[in-house]
Amino acid sequence: MTAEILARWQFAFTVSFHIVFPALSIGLASYLAVLNGLWLWTREASYRTLFEHWKKIFAVAFGMGVVSGIVMSYQFGTNWSVFSDKAGPVVGPLMGYEVLTAFFLEAGFLGIMLFGRERVGDGLHMVATLMVAVGTLISATWILAVNSWMQTPAGFSIAPNGQFVPEDWWAIVFNPSFPYRLVHMVLAAYLTTALVVGASAGYLLLRDAQTLAVRRMFSMAMWMLILVAPLQILAGDQHGLNTLEHQPVKLAAIEAHFQSEDGGMPLILFGWPDQAARTVHYALKVPKLGSLILTHSLNGTVPSLEGVPDKDIPPVAIVFWSFRVMVALGFAMLGLGLWAGWARWRGFLYHSPWLHRAAILMGPAGFLAVIAGWITTEVGRQPWTVYGLLRTAESHSPLDAPAVAASLTAFVVVYAFVFGAGVFYLLRLMGKPPATGAVQGGVAPSQDMTAIAGRVTTTKHLEG
Amino acid sequence: MFGLELSFIWAGLIALSVLIYVMLDGFDLGVGILFPLAQDEDERNQMMNSIAPVWDGNETWLVLGGGGLFAVFPLAYAVVMPALYIPIILMLLALVFRGVAFEYRWQTQRWKRVWDYSFFGGSLVAAVMQGIALGALVQGITVVDRAYAGGWWDWLTPFSILTGIAVPVGYALLGATWINLVLEGRVQAHMRKVALRLAGATLMFLGLVSIFTPLQNPDYAERWFRYPAALYAAVVPVLVLLAAWRLWQGLRRERDLAPFLSAQALFILSFVGIGISFYPMIVPPSLTIAEAAAPDASLKFILVGTLFLLPIILSYTAYAYWVFRGKLKAGEGYH
Repeated sequence: MTAEILARWQFAFTVSFHIVFPALSIGLASYLAVLNGLWLWTREASYRTLFEHWKKIFAVAFGMGVVSGIVMSYQFGTNWSVFSDKAGPVVGPLMGYEVLTAFFLEAGFLGIMLFGRERVGDGLHMVATLMVAVGTLISATWILAVNSWMQTPAGFSIAPNGQFVPEDWWAIVFNPSFPYRLVHMVLAAYLTTALVVGASAGYLLLRDAQTLAVRRMFSMAMWMLILVAPLQILAGDQHGLNTLEHQPVKLAAIEAHFQSEDGGMPLILFGWPDQAARTVHYALKVPKLGSLILTHSLNGTVPSLEGVPDKDIPPVAIVFWSFRVMVALGFAMLGLGLWAGWARWRGFLYHSPWLHRAAILMGPAGFLAVIAGWITTEVGRQPWTVYGLLRTAESHSPLDAPAVAASLTAFVVVYAFVFGAGVFYLLRLMGKPPATGAVQGGVAPSQDMTAIAGRVTTTKHLEG
Repeated sequence: MFGLELSFIWAGLIALSVLIYVMLDGFDLGVGILFPLAQDEDERNQMMNSIAPVWDGNETWLVLGGGGLFAVFPLAYAVVMPALYIPIILMLLALVFRGVAFEYRWQTQRWKRVWDYSFFGGSLVAAVMQGIALGALVQGITVVDRAYAGGWWDWLTPFSILTGIAVPVGYALLGATWINLVLEGRVQAHMRKVALRLAGATLMFLGLVSIFTPLQNPDYAERWFRYPAALYAAVVPVLVLLAAWRLWQGLRRERDLAPFLSAQALFILSFVGIGISFYPMIVPPSLTIAEAAAPDASLKFILVGTLFLLPIILSYTAYAYWVFRGKLKAGEGYH
């Protein structure tokens, strides 16, 4: 394996691990702001109970996002130094603004949100909670501007030393794919969170924890699904049209369109793309549907990979499948939302074991869809880091393969250990009913008696 | 001409954010390094809770240092990161371990010790790697054709090992004086004693690093001893002695704040000392500040926002510290 391939694996691995946590913490931060706002407005105890419960889960997920994110901010330099040197003048300032406007805001107010209610009072505590939520959204905005610029670069010139020189910052930030990608990702974060909250509530309802707080959790999550899933499908469709316009080769790879066809392109539902032979084996096609989806007309022309040199085509099978996984999960989310809507209308939202089991099953669907979506767009960008201008093969650091192999191994081992434990703690926290006594710093009922005993001792210690 | 000025403003701002990082994360990494000295569970809880509300904000200055370098000196970032590949990767992994420990150790009884050790180990390794990275940068990085041109073990030398020990000792001093500031009772008295010993060790390492730094590069010696820079440069050691005196006095008289501020003063002075050696290089001996700077369009774009945002960030960071001022109250933080 070459240093380039190893560096690509390392980036793919660390960024896939990382994205899971922001996807949850962006949504949870907003959810917490809503819960705290509702509590302040209605003074209804169940909202406060839910706030304190999900606050703990947010803190763990946020911490995991922070530490895996610091790794990302240095990875550009360690493994992709040529890219950093050349694209740094354009993407560096955007990431600098992410730190200045988002990371400091989140970090500065997180402490107050987690520990400061007693010291600052409800009003300022609400402000801090809002600042954390806004910070996560600002962060998403900048980093998606960076990624989108790498997909659809605009507003720059190229200097004699090979550096991209910014010419028009407005064009750089609001590059052609940025608004679509931003909306798509923020909606994805909200859906992911709704599915996680829904799965946790579904599990508790199945275990017969029919408290008001648990019912509220389930109800709010299912409302989010039915409202956001259709929006997301619409946003995804628009994002696809944007890709068709600006990255036709990526789109042709996603659809495995190796050859052009006259009079409307079929949609290949499933099949086995064979990049070497430039064909799809066992293809299950729906005539003219490809044209209908992508051009909104039956006979519209859709780009194909015909005439595109091999060295400019991304790995077709990967993006073909990752895209289909994402879309299928998206429709499954809509399905769950509709099912819950029907159950709500008929009055058995909280008494439908199969619905609750389905909600549990769909708990990880948001994460899977997010990762599948990012694989589609990032693998689909290959063989470029800056689309059409800077090849991945020309972007990596001048490192020896053993150095990159060693660090990749270290990341895999450490992440498996650290994040494995973290996911275990998160699941355990989510499997416990929100403690109504949490407001006074009480302890949640649990099967794990030793854990309770231990926790009570520490609580006593700290409360003197 | 104007471009030159912009890049120098930026060199100053990057240096400032690295300094703020060292001052802030320095004390919370130091608390992690001192963690095994806690006498019991209660002291460990207190030590960790004393930094729980602020560590994340402190570490954000490291992201600003890295992100800022990427933004305004992309060439320096592209050269330094591969040159310091192993120390940087190890530092990042160590920060992962200690960062998650803040949350994880409250989630479990059976594995609490594991996360206690990962908090200690992560803090120590991160500090050692930062020290090694500093030493490696001081001793110089080979650059050919806009890229690092050395091997992947070049950073490992006796000098970088010296700085790799000096930095965690200094951080531990900051941590001990922080605990003296915000905690009470037995743990405070204990850490005051520890701080006295650490102060001696810190001064010794400061002296050793100061002696060996000019030997790394004749330019450094030249910058310290030529006239008139020598006049300014001579002030630094005098102030170091003054800060050391204040630190010793503060600890002996059992003051809360004076030792912490004096220890921070030692760090600021060491930082100024490194600045005197470096200027006007950013990656000695190959790249000057002006050579490594991004085009003016990049420098201007982010400078506008930074000059506006930095005071705001400093204000709400100060506010967050103000909210949690004074001694740690019982029941605060995680439980």
